[in-house]
Amino acid sequence: MTSLKPLLGAASALGLTASLAHAEPALMFDLGGKFDKSFNEAAYNGAERWREETGGSYREIEMQAAAQRVQFARRLAEAGSNPVVVLGFQNAPTLEEVAPDYPDTSFVLIDAVVDLPNVRSVIFAEHEGSYLVGMLAAMANETGTISFVGGMEIPLIAAFACGYAQGARAVNPDIEIIVNYTGDTPAAWNDPVRGGEIARAQISQGSDVVFAAAGGTGLGVLQAAEDAEVFSIGVDSNQNHLHPGSVLTSMLKLVDQAVYDAFTEGPGLETGVVMMDLAADGVGYALDEHNEHLISAEMQDAVEEAKAAIIAGDLIVHDYRTDSTCPAF
Amino acid sequence: MDFAILVQVLESTLRLATPLLFACLAGLISERAGVFDIGLEGKMLAGAFMAAAIAFVSGNVWIGVAAAVGVSVVMSLIHGVASITFRGNQLISGVAINFLAAGITVVIAQNWFRQGGRTPSLSGDMRMQRIDLPFAEALRDVPVLGPIYHGILSGHGLLVYVGLLCVPLTWYMLFRTRFGLRLRAVGENPAAVDTAGISVIGMRYGAVAICGVLCGLAGAYLSTGLSAGFVQDMSAGRGFIALAAMIFAKWRPWHALGAVWLFGLLEAVANRFQNIEILGLAVPVQAMQALPYILTVVILAGFVGKAIPPRAGGSAYVKEH
Repeated sequence: MTSLKPLLGAASALGLTASLAHAEPALMFDLGGKFDKSFNEAAYNGAERWREETGGSYREIEMQAAAQRVQFARRLAEAGSNPVVVLGFQNAPTLEEVAPDYPDTSFVLIDAVVDLPNVRSVIFAEHEGSYLVGMLAAMANETGTISFVGGMEIPLIAAFACGYAQGARAVNPDIEIIVNYTGDTPAAWNDPVRGGEIARAQISQGSDVVFAAAGGTGLGVLQAAEDAEVFSIGVDSNQNHLHPGSVLTSMLKLVDQAVYDAFTEGPGLETGVVMMDLAADGVGYALDEHNEHLISAEMQDAVEEAKAAIIAGDLIVHDYRTDSTCPAF
Repeated sequence: MDFAILVQVLESTLRLATPLLFACLAGLISERAGVFDIGLEGKMLAGAFMAAAIAFVSGNVWIGVAAAVGVSVVMSLIHGVASITFRGNQLISGVAINFLAAGITVVIAQNWFRQGGRTPSLSGDMRMQRIDLPFAEALRDVPVLGPIYHGILSGHGLLVYVGLLCVPLTWYMLFRTRFGLRLRAVGENPAAVDTAGISVIGMRYGAVAICGVLCGLAGAYLSTGLSAGFVQDMSAGRGFIALAAMIFAKWRPWHALGAVWLFGLLEAVANRFQNIEILGLAVPVQAMQALPYILTVVILAGFVGKAIPPRAGGSAYVKEH
């Protein structure tokens, strides 16, 4: 809300000077907010990196409600921003509506595909990254049970769960995998109380590695895992630092890179579908000073081997989104 | 379902029911005095924020709890001024409280902590510590009693026990003290109370203030007990579930305990099992999550007895001349 106020002022002021101003890129966050320590924050970090390196400036806007999607996207385009980067799969219909009205503005949609001449759709191979952290989870596992907490039960999140399960089963075919989802409304991305309670329920069922792909809800999951002295796996951003020693690793989705690239290329960027997979370094697992003592050399070797096989095409990780089924369940 | 799972689900139930219990009793006392309170949700949210923010700044969770109670009472008094003194519509004032809390918590959090409307994560003494009840370890292996005492009852934050204690206290206050008798009378027939020379306005303010204290505790438990910090809109409709529980309990304290346990159990079961098979029929988790509201509608429709609110509820008292 506070970040909105100057923006509203800026937007109205820019209405007058839009033709004079140099085209600034813009970033529209998804529900969950800029500082969710996850998906949106990764995008913010990418934009900040661009700002620091180039000295340029960009506009940003945070939604308070789903009803503002179209209105805000339109406002950014109207104010002369170019390119306009829009986060989140739920904004696919937004761009289908807004992008045709601004043919000279380049839009970048992250996490979904919209087939329009002035839209670049950036999608990530979440199943491949999840496969790697699933392997790590199964190798760190001692109880024979691991678990997954998703936000909403949608194909995107199911792809996380499915990749995770495949990776875990590749290491230990008998491993038990508990999958829970938080809810069916956008509130599911921001309910750490329920996330923590679900994680506690999973841990009491024997899980000793909990993977959270649920935005802000995941913070409750990670907290519950630390309280119960078991491992957790973060998502999107590197969340290893949140609970050092308890967060086993994080499934990285380089949203920051996608935003940085879009900002760098500027207006008139190449449109079409951009696939950020392991080969393109678009997904991965996090290894830093907070978790290096948790990941042994053998674990790392095994994961690197699988990573190389996936990149070479020798190992195909099934993507839930292609046929809505998962071989690991 | 084996015994161990049952113990785990019931333990989770007790935790999840605690914020509902505080809010439910808060609404019950307020409405018994004739002041409807839709603003439970907002007060809970404001309490959750203050508890987390002040606990983080001071490093002590109990200072945070006190701050939560403080802010919640202030919001209650705003509701009181609007609807008791100025005789405004109680429902509208309550809705306004909800909007006020939803907005102001995020704005202040952003201003103080610059983390996008959340507080930093709490750790150590900033969080409500688990309390092990006496002899919990010793009784652990006693059959039946052991799991119930050690597994379900022991090992929660202090506010869980305070909440349970509030039930008999509320009952005693309402039905065994002079204050309680007057409070109920103010909700049923304020003119009679006024004739007896007792201030209707004063009684109602008293009830609304108690409501504020309890809502503050509900919020504090949410952000420092159940989770470790405040995030935007974290009350997530629990204030409305509490209202539903209050109607379900027909404005009676012991029944309120039963109602919140039932609703807590539904949530715990929904968290634990995604789809439940009953007689070969898969019940989706969404159905479980909707059940509290469905039950309330059933009650209000008069299928399971009749829920009659206090007679003078919802209307401001105007002194006759």
